[in-house]
Amino acid sequence: MSPDVLWRYLPSLAFGFGVTVFCWSVGGALGMALGFAIALLRRLPVPPLRWALRAFIEAFRGTPFLVQLFLLYAAGPSIGLRLSATAAGILGLGLYSSAYFAEIFRAGLASVPAGQIEAATSVGMTKFDTLVRVELPAALIAAVPSIVNMLIVLSKETVVLSIITVPELMYQMQTMAAETFTAFDAIFAMAAFYWILVEAVSRLGSRVEGRVTAYLASGGERA
Amino acid sequence: MKPEAILHSFGYLTQAAGVTVAVSLAGIVIGFVIGALICAARLSRRAWLRRLGGAYVSIFRGVPLLVQLLFIYYFLAEFGLDVPAIVAAVGGLALSSSAYQAEILRGAFNAVPRGQAEAAVALGFNGLEIWRRILLPQALRISIPPLINEFILLLKASSLVSVVGIAELTRVSMNIASLTYRPLEAYLGGGLFYLAINLTLAGFGALAERRLAAGEAR
Repeated sequence: MSPDVLWRYLPSLAFGFGVTVFCWSVGGALGMALGFAIALLRRLPVPPLRWALRAFIEAFRGTPFLVQLFLLYAAGPSIGLRLSATAAGILGLGLYSSAYFAEIFRAGLASVPAGQIEAATSVGMTKFDTLVRVELPAALIAAVPSIVNMLIVLSKETVVLSIITVPELMYQMQTMAAETFTAFDAIFAMAAFYWILVEAVSRLGSRVEGRVTAYLASGGERA
Repeated sequence: MKPEAILHSFGYLTQAAGVTVAVSLAGIVIGFVIGALICAARLSRRAWLRRLGGAYVSIFRGVPLLVQLLFIYYFLAEFGLDVPAIVAAVGGLALSSSAYQAEILRGAFNAVPRGQAEAAVALGFNGLEIWRRILLPQALRISIPPLINEFILLLKASSLVSVVGIAELTRVSMNIASLTYRPLEAYLGGGLFYLAINLTLAGFGALAERRLAAGEAR
C-alpha cells in the first residue's frame, strides 16, 4: 500500500468517479424511462408491436453489454450514427438497462390486484389518474428492490465504458496502475469507490420504499 | 469471415456451454435457497434478524463478483481452507446472486395484499400453510420476470469464473481465438451459445408465468 500515490492521483480519481456517476445516473434514468415506456406499450392490444418489443428486450438482454457498446461506438458511424465515446456510453447503458427495467416494471404492474383498477374505474378516475395514483404506487412496492438491484448491476457495468475510452473511474485507475505500478492500491481504491456508490443507492432505495409504503398506508392522501 | 471456423470448434464450444450452464444453474439454485432464507430474515419480526439480512445483502451486493471469487479461491487458502475451483466458482456465483434474489423476493412478498394473510388467519390457516399456499405462489408469480432478469445476468457473469481456472464458454472462446487466429468467428460462436441459453431461460420464464397465472382467479 502506498497512500502517497493514492493522494497524488486523487484529483484524477475523483474526476473519474464523477464521470462514472454521471454516465451511470443519466444512463440509468434513460433506461428507466425507456423501460417504463416499453412496459406500458406492451399492454396495448397490437400484436406486431408486442412482438417487436419482445424482440427488443430479448436482443438487449441476451447479448453482452460490451458487444452492444462496440456496435454502437464502432459500427455506428457506418450507418451515420457518430457519437462521442461518452455519449455512446450513456446511450448504450440506457438501451441495455431498458430491457431489464421493462421486465421489472411489467412484473410490478402485473402485481397490482385487478380489483383496485376496477374500483378506480368505477369511481370515475381517468386511465391516466388510475395509472399514476393507483397502479404506479402499488407497482413500486414490488419493483423498487428489483430497480435498486438493476441500478447496482448497472453501476458495475460502467467499468466497460473504459474500453471505449470514456475517462471514468476504471480508466483513471488503470492509468494510475500503469504509471506507478500500484495495481493492488488501484483495485482497493476501486472497490472502496464502488462500495460507496452501491451503499448510497441502497439507502436511497430504502427511503423510496418507505415513502411509497407511507403513501399507500395514508390511503394516497399525500403525494 | 470464415464460418467453417466455428463449425470446426463446435464440439469444444458445446462442451464449454455445458460447463457454463452447469455452473450457472448450480449458482442459481443454491442462490435461490440462500436468497429465500435471507428474504425471510429481512421480513422477520425480530430486529436482529432483519439487520443480519440487511448486512448480508449490503456485503454480497456491494462487493464485485470478481473480488468475491478471488477471495474464496485465493484468500481462504491462506487460512488453510483449500477450496476446489468448481466449489469456489459455484459458491461465488451463489453468494452474489442470493443477495439480488433476496431483494427481488422481498419486493414480491411486500406486494401481496396484506388482507389476504389476515383473511387466511380468519379462516383458520396456520402460519406455515399461509406461507406455502397463499403468500408463496403469489410472490413467485410476481417475481418471475425480475428473477429471469437476474438469472440472465448471472449467466453472463459466469464468464468471470474462468479466473479460478474453470474452462467455461468465454475462456474456451478465447482459447479458440488464440489457436486459430480467428477472433471474430470464435467470439461470435461463443456469443451465439450465450444467446441460445438466454433465450431458453426467457422461454422458461414465459412458460412459468403462464402456468402460475392460470392459478389466479379473477
